[in-house]
Amino acid sequence: MTTKDPVLQVKGLKVSFFTDDGEVPAVDDIDFYVKEGEVLGIVGESGCGKSVTSLSVMGLIPSPPGKITGGEIKLNGEELTTASEKRMRKIRGNDVAMIFQEPMTSLNPLFTIGSQLMDATLIHKKGDKKQAKKRAIEMLKLVGLGRAEELMNEYPHQLSGGMRQRVMIAMAMVCDPKLLIADEPTTALDVTIQAQILKLMKRLNEELNTAIMLITHDLGVVAETCERVVVMYAGKVVENGLAVDIFKDPQHPYTRGLIQSVPDMRYKKQRLYSIPGNVPRPGSIKKGCRFAARCEFAFERCLQEDPPLYKTAEGHSTRCFLFDDTKEDTLHDKDTTIATS
Amino acid sequence: MTKTQPLLQVENLKKHFPVRGGVLGKQVGNVKAVDGVSFTVNKGETLGIVGESGCGKSTTGRMLLRLIESTEGKVVFDGKEVTALSQNELRKLRRDMQMVFQDPFASLNPRHTVGKILEEPLKVHGIGSSAERKKRVKELLETVGLSSYHAKRYPHQFSGGQRQRIGIARALMTRPKLIIADEPVSALDVSIQSQVLNLMQDLQKEFGLTYIVIAHDLGVVRHISDRVGVMYLGKMVELTTSEKLYDKPLHPYTQALLSAVPVPDPLFKKDSIVLQGDIPSPSNPPPGCTFHTRCPFKMDVCEKKVPQMLEHEEGHYAACHLYTEEKQGASQNKEMVGGGAV
Repeated sequence: MTTKDPVLQVKGLKVSFFTDDGEVPAVDDIDFYVKEGEVLGIVGESGCGKSVTSLSVMGLIPSPPGKITGGEIKLNGEELTTASEKRMRKIRGNDVAMIFQEPMTSLNPLFTIGSQLMDATLIHKKGDKKQAKKRAIEMLKLVGLGRAEELMNEYPHQLSGGMRQRVMIAMAMVCDPKLLIADEPTTALDVTIQAQILKLMKRLNEELNTAIMLITHDLGVVAETCERVVVMYAGKVVENGLAVDIFKDPQHPYTRGLIQSVPDMRYKKQRLYSIPGNVPRPGSIKKGCRFAARCEFAFERCLQEDPPLYKTAEGHSTRCFLFDDTKEDTLHDKDTTIATS
Repeated sequence: MTKTQPLLQVENLKKHFPVRGGVLGKQVGNVKAVDGVSFTVNKGETLGIVGESGCGKSTTGRMLLRLIESTEGKVVFDGKEVTALSQNELRKLRRDMQMVFQDPFASLNPRHTVGKILEEPLKVHGIGSSAERKKRVKELLETVGLSSYHAKRYPHQFSGGQRQRIGIARALMTRPKLIIADEPVSALDVSIQSQVLNLMQDLQKEFGLTYIVIAHDLGVVRHISDRVGVMYLGKMVELTTSEKLYDKPLHPYTQALLSAVPVPDPLFKKDSIVLQGDIPSPSNPPPGCTFHTRCPFKMDVCEKKVPQMLEHEEGHYAACHLYTEEKQGASQNKEMVGGGAV
C-alpha cells in the first residue's frame, strides 16, 4: 500500500474569492493526497470548501472572483496550478474526470447520449468516429446500461436520474482516467438508486484501478465506500485517517460531534447529540481554531492560536490542541474530559 | 401516555392527476400519485411516512390539509370529516393542523420581517389583540431557540437551521394539535439536522403535539417516529411501529430500502439487497403488486392480484402476497416455470 505513488498530491492549497467585502478564503492551506487505486472520501458540511477543493484540482474555479492564492496541486507529478489553459484542456477528461451532483444539469439536453459520450474520445484524439462509437457503447455496457446501442441515440430527458448518473460515469471513464472526482454523486438520487451507483463506483475502482476522490456530506456513504477520509471544516482539514480509525476513534471534537449527530438506523437513541451553533460563514473567523466557538472542549489557547495538524497515530492526524503532546497537562485534561463526557 | 384515541383517520385516500394530451387537451390518462392510502394517527404520537421520490408521500401530506384536493377517500380529523368541509370551516380547522415545509428558503416571504411572518397565522384566525400577538411572537421565538429581537429581522439574515426554526414557530403560533412536517430536515447540514430533530421532540413533549413526519431519510424517520408507514408508487406497503419495521421488516421493498441505506460504520457488514431497475412511472403502474417488477421474491400471483394491506402481527400491516395463503400455490407455480421469477 505505502509503495504506491500518489496520483494526486495537494499541498498548502489556498483558494480565495475576491468579493465586494474583500478576500474570502474558501480553502485555507489544505494538504491531502490520493493514492493509486484508492477511494478517498472528503467529508464536510456546506461551505467547508470541499467542492472548491475539487474544482481547483480540475482547474475550474471561476476566475474572477475565485483564485488559487497559494500551494500546489500535483497530478501524476505534474503541477496543475501553473499549467496553461491549453494544457488543462488536455488533462481534463483524460487524466482526471469529474462527475457532479445533478446529472440533469451536467448533460446537454440538445445532444444525444451517444454524441456526448463520443466527444471525449474525439477531443482527446484517441481514435476516429468509429472507434469513438465503439468505445462509447463499451462504456455504457460497463456502467450497467443494458440497451447501450439504443441509448446512443436517445436524449438525456428520456432517462431516469439513476440512468443519467450512470451515463455521467460512463462519460467520465471514456478516456480511462487515473483519477475520478465525484462531487456528491448520489445526493440527488433515491436510496435504492444510490446503492446501485455506489456499487458501480466501487466495481469500477476495483476493476479498472481508478482512484476516486469522493466528496460528500453523508457519513454513511463515506463509511461504505472509502478507505481513507479527510474531514473538512470551514476551509481546513481538521482530521484525516483511515475510515475504520476515524469512525471507531474520531478525535477532533467536530468529527466526533458529526458522527454522533447522525441518526443511526440500526438503533434508536432517545436523543441525538447536536453540535451547538451554526456552520460559520467562510472567512468570518479570523483568529484561532475555526471550531472553537462550537467546541465543548475549547480553552483559551483555541481562541488565540490556529492549531496545526497533530499526528496521533500511524496515518491519522487531527487539527486540535487537545492532541498537543508537548503539553502533558493539557493531554491529561483531555483524557478526563472525554472520559466523563 | 395514553395513545389510544385516534386524532386522525385516513381511509382509502386517492389522488389521480389527469394527463392531458392532443390538440384538444383531452384527458388521456391518470397519474395515480396516491392510490388508496389508509392509516390512523393517535394523539401524541409521531407517524413517519417514508418512501422514495414520486411515491406520493408529499401529496398524501398535502391532502390531509386539503392543500391538494383528494380524488377519493376520507380524512377525519378530531371527529370532523375534513374532506367534506366548506372553505370557511376548513380555514377554522387549519388552526389545529399546521404544516412545516422542506425548504426553509422558499417557505418564508423574503419581504416580511420574521415578526410579521409569525404574526400572520394569528391575524388570519383573528386571535388576540395586536399587543397579545406581538407577545406570543416573542414567546415562540424563544421557545424554538431564537431570541425575541430576531422578530425585527428578515429571513435572509438567518441560516438554514434558524429559518427552519422560524418555520416551526410559525406552525406553532395557533397552538395546533397536529403538525405535518414534509422533509423538515432534508435541506439542512448534518450538525444542524440533529438540532432541529431534538427541538421537534422537545416541543412535542412540551405541547403534547402529534406529528406526521414525511421524509426519505430512514435514519431520521426511525429516530423521530413511533410508527412508520412505507410508501411505494402511491400505495402504503407496510405500516408498523418503528422498532418492528427496522428489526423485522416484512415487505420486500422495505427490506431492500433498509438495506440500501449506507450505515455510518465501515466495519458493519450487512446483507445488501440492491434493487434492479428504476421506479416505474405512476401514470402506468404495473398490474397486480406495483413492486413486482423489482421484487426479488416475485411470484406469479404478484402480477395478477393486488395484495391487500393485512395485519400479520399485532399492529404490523403489510401488503404482500408472501404472507398470505396464496403463497403455497404460487410457490409451486414458480417451480413449474423453472424459477423464472428470479
